[in-house]
Amino acid sequence: MQREMTSAAIAIEGLTKDYGDVRAVDDLNLTVSEAEVFGLLGPNGSGKTTTINCITGILKPTRGTIRVGGFDVQSDGQHAREIMGVSPQETAVYSYLTGRENVRLFSALYSVPKASAQARADYVLEKVGLMEDADRRVGKYSGGMKRRVSIAIALVTDPKVVLLDEPTVGMDPQSRRAVWDFILELRDRGKTIVITTHYMEEAEELSDRVGIIDHGRLIALGSPADLKVEKGAKDLEDVFIQLTGRRIRDGA
Amino acid sequence: MNVSRTLALAKRDWKRILREPAFLFMIIVFPIMLTIAFGTSFGAVGGSQASSFNIAVVATSGNSTSSNLFVNDLHATGVVNVRIFPTNQTAQSALSQGQVEAVVLLPSKFDDTVESFEANPNYPERWTNSTVSLYLDKGSVFSAQVIPSIVEQVLGQGVLGIKPATRALPFSISTPTIATVQGPSVFDSFAPGLFAFASIYMIMMVAQSYTAERENGLLRRILVTPATGGDLIMGSVVSYVVIGLIQALLVFLCVYGLGYHPVADLAGLLMGFLIITLFALCNIGFGLITAAISKSAGSATGISFIFLMPQLFLGTFVGSALSSTAQAAGRFVPAYYVTDALTSLFTRGASITSQTVLTDLAVVSVSSGIILLVGVLIFRRSGNL
Repeated sequence: MQREMTSAAIAIEGLTKDYGDVRAVDDLNLTVSEAEVFGLLGPNGSGKTTTINCITGILKPTRGTIRVGGFDVQSDGQHAREIMGVSPQETAVYSYLTGRENVRLFSALYSVPKASAQARADYVLEKVGLMEDADRRVGKYSGGMKRRVSIAIALVTDPKVVLLDEPTVGMDPQSRRAVWDFILELRDRGKTIVITTHYMEEAEELSDRVGIIDHGRLIALGSPADLKVEKGAKDLEDVFIQLTGRRIRDGA
Repeated sequence: MNVSRTLALAKRDWKRILREPAFLFMIIVFPIMLTIAFGTSFGAVGGSQASSFNIAVVATSGNSTSSNLFVNDLHATGVVNVRIFPTNQTAQSALSQGQVEAVVLLPSKFDDTVESFEANPNYPERWTNSTVSLYLDKGSVFSAQVIPSIVEQVLGQGVLGIKPATRALPFSISTPTIATVQGPSVFDSFAPGLFAFASIYMIMMVAQSYTAERENGLLRRILVTPATGGDLIMGSVVSYVVIGLIQALLVFLCVYGLGYHPVADLAGLLMGFLIITLFALCNIGFGLITAAISKSAGSATGISFIFLMPQLFLGTFVGSALSSTAQAAGRFVPAYYVTDALTSLFTRGASITSQTVLTDLAVVSVSSGIILLVGVLIFRRSGNL
């Protein structure tokens, strides 16, 4: 275990990821500080999810290095994964398990001691507003509820670094607000959160800084307020449109 | 590998099987249904196949002493219900409609033949030979096997008072193939194959499980936790080995209840269950190979038949009914050795140290280990672990 001492919770240097002839991420350099909510924004197919997948270690970069909590995710992935909680773009929950069983399963995969696992599961389920339905099978949940289970799974281990890929898709305003409050509470407790979203008001509400990525390249970086001033925009969506254009994009 | 993670993943699989109707059906309900279906169709519970036969008798010589003796002796066997028909045409009509399993046409010279034999039992050249025509129901394998021997026995011992196997008869009749009325049922020969048959469907379940998890992102999600690919595979091995044992136990209880009573002692039973357990590893391996080459859970179902069908047809109870070529081909599928071992242990009462059983154990162990390893490697190479 070789840990680099740094205040950066996530340090990305020269990240490049190619899929055959297609360059999904192009020489990305980025640091996310401890206790920061970082919004990673971009049109469809811009490289956000590929970046997240490289941070989790599930994708191997073509070039570049990524450190999470000082651990290189490629050479020391096991330690990096132990301090990360991930809610992927797909809902990715077991429909035949209950909400509580899903959360408990993943806490077991993180080797959370049994003595604290139940209390921790109850805590996150309460926070995402699923306590009443925690013992129903997820297959009976609405899309928004499944998304909340996914977030609860990501947070059950009280991770230092949280990656949330489009966490509030399909949620009603009340659920979305509850998740936002939880994210801000986590930040206040010193957690680092990277969030990707297509909801600009969400990014503006939650993010200390945002990075806008397009065609795999980082084209803007700063706090929402600074970017608005810099671009003379009325809100973050205006900034986003100015930088990425109005052309509709397809792709992941 | 981490024990608590492995057990957590195994518990997940067990819950899936108990809660998802398709999995529960294929893994637990289907083997039980199949066993009951076979047991009641071919075993003691459904009634012995050779318990009674309806045989039509047509005496073209009319109502004579010899033909009456023949009919009475047929009755006396206890396994034949004799129906007298006036003409061959009406008897054939009954045969074609399945109302009788055989027609015995006594020739017009029947009395002459019997009398000539009784007068000169040791001088065949003085006999008035004749032919007893026997028409059999082609739709009944058991009738075709058993009835000729019954007729020959009755003609020889009953009518002529001799043992037909010891000397020539003045009647020509088709040579019987099997003379056993009481004996092991067809189910006794099928039962050992049912254990392998039940386990083979694990291939489909493992393949569907992994492809579905890959499709909905769960595989990736597990792999971004500290759990490793090794934990994932071990979770499957533990869960499906336990499932295989439960399957085997349920099948055992069913076949026992349906009249198949293994002659194995405790050691033999344990050896049988060990071999079934090892076979589960083989099916997990084939399941992983299927998952690696399948794009979706739906296609995994179809592709799994590539591995499933040869094992079913060449390696389980169906094998005994196949051609010699197919039976030789069966030696290339692990299921063959499972069935062979269980037949030796459970049906023939072979010792666990007998050469056949040890050879089967070795083949099942080595082949299952290799197939599991190949499955893991292929699944990993395809970017899933």
